[in-house]
Amino acid sequence: MDFPISHSHISPVYLVAIGFLIGVMGGFFGVGGSFIAGPALRAVGLDWNFAVGTDLAHIVGKSVVAAKRHRALGNVDLKLGLIMAVGTMGGAEVGAQLIQMLKRTGNVNFVVSVVSIVIYVSISSFMVWEAWRTLQYQKKRRPRAKVPGTAAKQDESSFSHRTDAIQRFKLWPMISLPASGIKAISLWIIILVSFIGGLFSGFLGGGAGYIRMPMLVYVLGVPTHLAVGTDLFEIIISASYGTFSHAIKGNVDILIALVMHTGAAIGAQIGAISTQYFAGPKIRLAFVPLPLIGAAIVIYTLFTGHKL
Amino acid sequence: MARVAPTKKEKTNTLRAFLVELAVYAVFVTGYFFLVLHYLSGWLQELHLHHVKFYALVAIVLIIGQAVVLESITTWLLRLLRGGRSE
Repeated sequence: MDFPISHSHISPVYLVAIGFLIGVMGGFFGVGGSFIAGPALRAVGLDWNFAVGTDLAHIVGKSVVAAKRHRALGNVDLKLGLIMAVGTMGGAEVGAQLIQMLKRTGNVNFVVSVVSIVIYVSISSFMVWEAWRTLQYQKKRRPRAKVPGTAAKQDESSFSHRTDAIQRFKLWPMISLPASGIKAISLWIIILVSFIGGLFSGFLGGGAGYIRMPMLVYVLGVPTHLAVGTDLFEIIISASYGTFSHAIKGNVDILIALVMHTGAAIGAQIGAISTQYFAGPKIRLAFVPLPLIGAAIVIYTLFTGHKL
Repeated sequence: MARVAPTKKEKTNTLRAFLVELAVYAVFVTGYFFLVLHYLSGWLQELHLHHVKFYALVAIVLIIGQAVVLESITTWLLRLLRGGRSE
């Protein structure tokens, strides 16, 4: 099929299949999936600028579908998502400025590649360790809900003693997040977490759901199902901003995005519904390969010089 | 209040309702794309070349429209067919 805006010729079946795969992943894990979509579009000959912009446009649509479904399942904390959007915007701008600074020194590719490999491998290693320990711990005793009535959404973590300490840290203003079962937490901690997510988004590209979702669980103490839904809600805001920004630079082929979204919209619904059948630690354990795929792509690019 | 675990029959009904909704939604989403391709392709190309800010706005509206409006239509249509019942 010809796409006149980007002057490209791509099979719509391929685009729908890629969209579907990313949609399932997005709905289930709360990530944008740009680390797969970008290389997948590049692999069929789309220019990098169009691959990045078009990927962001399809992420907006897919995140809307998945977040809507998660909201119906009670998995979105709107208050937390809106607060986080502020920090994400700030972080993304600082990340983009860092990239510009590295460009001037001339070693942007090497620094970004090394940082991303370290981050991806660290996240995966930590999550394997934590989810495995939690699952072993759960086998020994029955899970106990912290907040009455939220038993299905509460999940245990072997890292929860650290999370509790973070929640006890009193730095005014303290806010409550009833939807996430958090009685009080400093606003600044939420802003810091979202700022770091935004920083990585601006620095490494994509929506940075691979870092934001684990931070929501381990730093803020948001139950995994709510972390997935809230992350998706937050991605809508940040990806819309990114799409608009890329579109006015002429980097978005909306027709390609719409074809991808045909598959992604279906996949996102399936992914979101599937979370209801898995406990938090199992979702976290299944999340582990995603950052490793990202790391493998970066290592390949670093050693061969070819962008996937 | 403790949550009551759904029975097997309830689970099957919920899954069936979801699959029907998904199938209807898939038809709408695909139809929407072909309508956009047929009627708006030339106009979008023109906007992309000469009115890029308006193109950016239209792009966001089109992608969110595909996501939100079609799902709402699907839900409304199925509710109508079930006579106001939600499964």
